[in-house]
Amino acid sequence: MSIEQPRGSHDLQQSESGEVEHPERFENPGLPPHRPRLGDEDPKANKRSEHQVVVLFVISIIATIAAIWGFFAFPVDGLQVGNVRMSTLVIGLGLGLGMLGIGVGAVHWAKTLMNDHEKVEERHPQRGDDATRAEAVDIMREGVEDSAIARRPLIKGALGTAVAIAPLSFLVPLIGNLGGDWDISKFRHTAWASAPGGGRRYLATDPTDRRIKASEVTRGSMVHVQPWRLEEEENFLEEKTKAVVILMRLDPKLLKEPEEKKDWSYDGIVAYSKVCTHVGCPVALYEQQTHHVLCPCHQSTFDITDQAKVIFGPAKRPLPQLPITVDEEGYLYAQSDFHEPVGPSFWERER
Amino acid sequence: MTAATNAPAEKADPRLAAAADFLDTRVGISKIVKEFARKIFPDHWSFLLGEIALYSFIVLLISGTFLTMFFVPSMAETHYPTDALPVTMQGVQMSEAYASTIHMSFHVRGGLLMRQIHHWAALLFVGAMVVHMLRIFFTGAFRRPRELNWLVGFTLLIMGLLAGFSGYSLPDDVLSGNGLRIADGVALAIPIIGSYVSFALFGGEFPGDDIIPRLFTVHILLVPGLILALIAVHLFLIVWHKHTQYPGPGRTQKNVVGFPLFPIYTAKAGGFFFIVFGVIALMGATMSINSVWNYGPYDPSVVSAGAQPDWYMLFLEGSLRLMPGLEVVIGGFTLSLAILIPGVILPGLLFTFLGLYPFIERAVTKDTGEHHLLDRPRNAATRTALGAGFLAVWFVLIGAGANDLIATHFNVSLNLITWIFRILFFVLPVVTFLVTKRICFGLQRKDRELALHGHETGRIVRFASGEFIEVHQPLDEYERWLLVSHDSPAPLQIDPPEDANGVARPGYKKERRWQKLSQFFYEDRIEPVTPAELAAAQSHGEHDELPATEAHEEITSEDSAGQIEARTH
Repeated sequence: MSIEQPRGSHDLQQSESGEVEHPERFENPGLPPHRPRLGDEDPKANKRSEHQVVVLFVISIIATIAAIWGFFAFPVDGLQVGNVRMSTLVIGLGLGLGMLGIGVGAVHWAKTLMNDHEKVEERHPQRGDDATRAEAVDIMREGVEDSAIARRPLIKGALGTAVAIAPLSFLVPLIGNLGGDWDISKFRHTAWASAPGGGRRYLATDPTDRRIKASEVTRGSMVHVQPWRLEEEENFLEEKTKAVVILMRLDPKLLKEPEEKKDWSYDGIVAYSKVCTHVGCPVALYEQQTHHVLCPCHQSTFDITDQAKVIFGPAKRPLPQLPITVDEEGYLYAQSDFHEPVGPSFWERER
Repeated sequence: MTAATNAPAEKADPRLAAAADFLDTRVGISKIVKEFARKIFPDHWSFLLGEIALYSFIVLLISGTFLTMFFVPSMAETHYPTDALPVTMQGVQMSEAYASTIHMSFHVRGGLLMRQIHHWAALLFVGAMVVHMLRIFFTGAFRRPRELNWLVGFTLLIMGLLAGFSGYSLPDDVLSGNGLRIADGVALAIPIIGSYVSFALFGGEFPGDDIIPRLFTVHILLVPGLILALIAVHLFLIVWHKHTQYPGPGRTQKNVVGFPLFPIYTAKAGGFFFIVFGVIALMGATMSINSVWNYGPYDPSVVSAGAQPDWYMLFLEGSLRLMPGLEVVIGGFTLSLAILIPGVILPGLLFTFLGLYPFIERAVTKDTGEHHLLDRPRNAATRTALGAGFLAVWFVLIGAGANDLIATHFNVSLNLITWIFRILFFVLPVVTFLVTKRICFGLQRKDRELALHGHETGRIVRFASGEFIEVHQPLDEYERWLLVSHDSPAPLQIDPPEDANGVARPGYKKERRWQKLSQFFYEDRIEPVTPAELAAAQSHGEHDELPATEAHEEITSEDSAGQIEARTH
């Protein structure tokens, strides 16, 4: 790989031919000669550059004036969308060209008119020389001796402990309050358990909040569902986050239902949590031919015919099923809450 | 030379002199001027990348200040006024944060412009930081004495991501809400404390009423404050160390060649700020971004298909998408590996490698001494290959973050694409590493070739014997210096495992391990051309040196091209 000449034989050749011995490495040739710019030798080009710089700065001035004109010319308090567009465009173009004029002008000035001879500055190593280092050590040693900390370990220990724990009286109240009531058992319950007052919790369309009759649910369709009249309750968004459900009607023969969940569906209508068991996005895409639902965030795919089992993607657990049934008038309602926590996994989930 | 430099010193403006005297007697400005005004900085386009990051941050501060005047960081519920634009949002129930965002877009003059400038500047800020960091990495600018500044820059990148994510979440639209939901899902996957982390973030259950005001404080106070402080340290260290420079004639480890701060860089760098600002402003004026009124207010049951986060979050999104479902229950506790690995562990490993790289390389190569001359990436083949492999992982993750768009745009099965990315995640970095290393060596050999034989001139010369040769133009010493000045370190040499008496040497195994790592870095290498090699090449290739002899002067390159044609047909 490396093409190395055996040094000895090479030297021999040289001495035979009487040439000077070659150094091991090349010498740095030093700065290359300065190449003059057009404007350095041609006064006309020089003058031209000067004019260009002035023109650029003038463009900036004009653009800024245009931006201010745009501010007054296009009021946006009415209902004209066109004015919003024009206001944005004119103020933006004015601001942009105003800035560009200054910037391009300054850089053009520096590149064409300012002295372009490279200059050299020496560097100094970061490390202090030995004398300075020794002096620094002495200074620190002297300071430590002056403080007498070495001979008084008790002070050291007490101070260290005090400083280390002092932030706690700030951090404990801060962190302690961050989580509100810290009642993580809320992850386990949803609004489906019962309506306020203990009544049946009906399934309703999301977001129009109409109760759903079983007969309205046609095969091949998917209905987005929320608990009926949830909007009027406290913590609406938090409850809705957990309680959203998707409702589908399939040919009952297609459904693979274990014995204990036989009565969780109604005449081929099944309800599953809409919250993805991966990281909690709404599982909103339904493929009616294959009966798969797909989470648009990370593409976890669930098979509705088979207990919403995961067939692709990063989710691990099936979507929890909501046991449903119908009342006397044919409206769908939840038999009970979900039988497991909905949404993403968490540490205490199985407890 | 212009006339001004030769003219006699002008009499100073008395008002200027008075001002200077005022400052000097108060803060000793003359000493500061003496020290810094003519400080030399080297010139190269790649040194502008960090400047772009800095200037887009200033644009962020300016446009962000504008936005805070009209944004309401509150999740309180409200109904959008029925007499305001956009028509689609009239009377819709939403949070104050979302309402104020769309209100400022339609009913504050310059409001939409500033929002778009702010968003474009944020994308550019992170982008410039990433590319700047790549420049630092591939040129070896992180080496002693600049390791600490690398860490400062690394922290700035993390802060930039935090600033971006916290800002993205503020408008409280459907996209940002789902972004927060994903963040919540990742927080929940943290072992032991996950549930409590989620509660701490949201002040209770997701989404709660606290997250927007909290993120607002993080976004406009904590993170920018930290970024400003870190930028101050970053810039101070640049001045303290003096800027690195590319190798070239006249440049050494002990000097810095370039132009003085005043007036050249005052004009160039100052001007460049206005250029960056101007370009971002033009983008904000003409290119629509994050039109949140199209997405609607956050609703936990709504999501849009084909949604992507801002580009700098794509790698995390892709990492989550690639992972197969994996979850274990240990002693009744759930460990959600499907999220923990791609969402916490993998980014943790990638960032740790990135942050610690200067120290890793130094430990392996046992490199000592200060480096102020940059490496040309080809001359540090292993580092360049490692960086390219790292980038390969990153690009695979970014691609995976867009797998749904690839599927819909190219009509390919989503599952197939995901599987391809899963395989590429492991294969591509290795292939990239090997290929990059070979490309580096190829370029090094090309450099050797060029230094030894010079440029091809395209002039073909025919000798009396009938032999054709192409005349090569030897390099001048300035051009050659760039190709021959670098060092090519050799792998670590260690003592044999046994001493002279055949007794096993203690510590040999440890040394051998270091040697193996060192061999990984330096075993394959190509030495730069030495003066002796050049002399040898010139002596046995005498006819290469014919170009200036009169006998061949009349052979032009067109003639020789004709000759080649004639020969090949």
